[in-house]
Amino acid sequence: MTGFFTILRRDLRLSLGAGGIGLPIVFFLLVATLYPFAVGPDGALLARTGGGVLWVAAVLAALLPLDRLIAPDADSGVLDQYAVRGIGEETVAAAKIMAHWLGFGPALMLAAVPASALLRLDATTLGAVELGLLAGTPGLAALGVMVASLTAGVRRAGALGGLLMLPLAVPLIIFGAGSIGDFGGGALRFLAASSLFLVAVAPFAAGAGIRALRE
Amino acid sequence: MLFSGISFDLAAGEALILAGPNGVGKSSLLRLIAGLLPPFAGHVVHTGRLALADEMTALDPRLPLASALGFWAQLDGATASDVATALDLFDLSHLADVPVRMLSTGQRRRATLARTAASRAEIWLLDEPGNGLDHASHARLEAAMAAHQAGGGIVVAASHQPLGLNNARHLVLEAAA
Repeated sequence: MTGFFTILRRDLRLSLGAGGIGLPIVFFLLVATLYPFAVGPDGALLARTGGGVLWVAAVLAALLPLDRLIAPDADSGVLDQYAVRGIGEETVAAAKIMAHWLGFGPALMLAAVPASALLRLDATTLGAVELGLLAGTPGLAALGVMVASLTAGVRRAGALGGLLMLPLAVPLIIFGAGSIGDFGGGALRFLAASSLFLVAVAPFAAGAGIRALRE
Repeated sequence: MLFSGISFDLAAGEALILAGPNGVGKSSLLRLIAGLLPPFAGHVVHTGRLALADEMTALDPRLPLASALGFWAQLDGATASDVATALDLFDLSHLADVPVRMLSTGQRRRATLARTAASRAEIWLLDEPGNGLDHASHARLEAAMAAHQAGGGIVVAASHQPLGLNNARHLVLEAAA
């Protein structure tokens, strides 16, 4: 377990340094800024659709760092060195998922506050969006690391990663956006379940992907 | 199939030099020993921890050299003094605060060897350790390997150059028919 936290600290430092975290946040805010320009300043329309727009922006923002999650470590031999030390690929993948989430999940939740003001969301909607992001972003992080490890050996992996990840993120978008107007909490539970499923499966899929990179 | 019918065993303090033409599978054999490649048939057994130094530095390019080495030392249960000793061993102490990306090819090579030396591993797997090293650094490499062997360590090295290893056996790989 010392290996897990050492890797977690390193990856978190890498994603927090070098502007890695700023990009998804700026992107998220840009979408929230541009959307009112595109559909017009109709407050009622913005308030009704804004939550869904935030979810689309969150998923697209999660796509941005895909190419630096696994490929740089594979190319520089870091993943090989983990393996030589007997650290399991699943442990590495789990640490990377947690570091990736810590790097963009809480920041996205923070950025949702100014974004919701730009989209004229009321406090209840903002609360639902924040709760949804809290439940959904771990799933997005798991999906990101999984797709990044499966595409790390491929040239021009960025576009392919997007194509692979977006269909898999559809349940998170549906339940995430669905949880906003849903006061029964059913959609939020489905969102949390989808997210939990991804978090549970991704370390094994990503671990297999990392092993396959060596062959 | 790269090679077949290879068998060797090494005791504490011994060394093995892998030789043979380019592409015959020396690096693959090292990766096989390191557990990075599965053998098609046969098995590798080792007691003691492994450290692999191949052509990839595995050091974060933006970090100062000492911090980049410190990450691996932390994973290996080694301390900052192990890193300082290894830096000194390969004459890198004056570069401890320089980011890895600023290092020259030979300095990176020495940094890779320092990472291996700081790991406290008993078995060193070195892939062309002398590549890119100047005369003085080569002498330091030989001294480091001799000290490792004297402490009961094992060295397995793929090399075209003579490495001045004590107590060394040679294994010449030949292209599979």
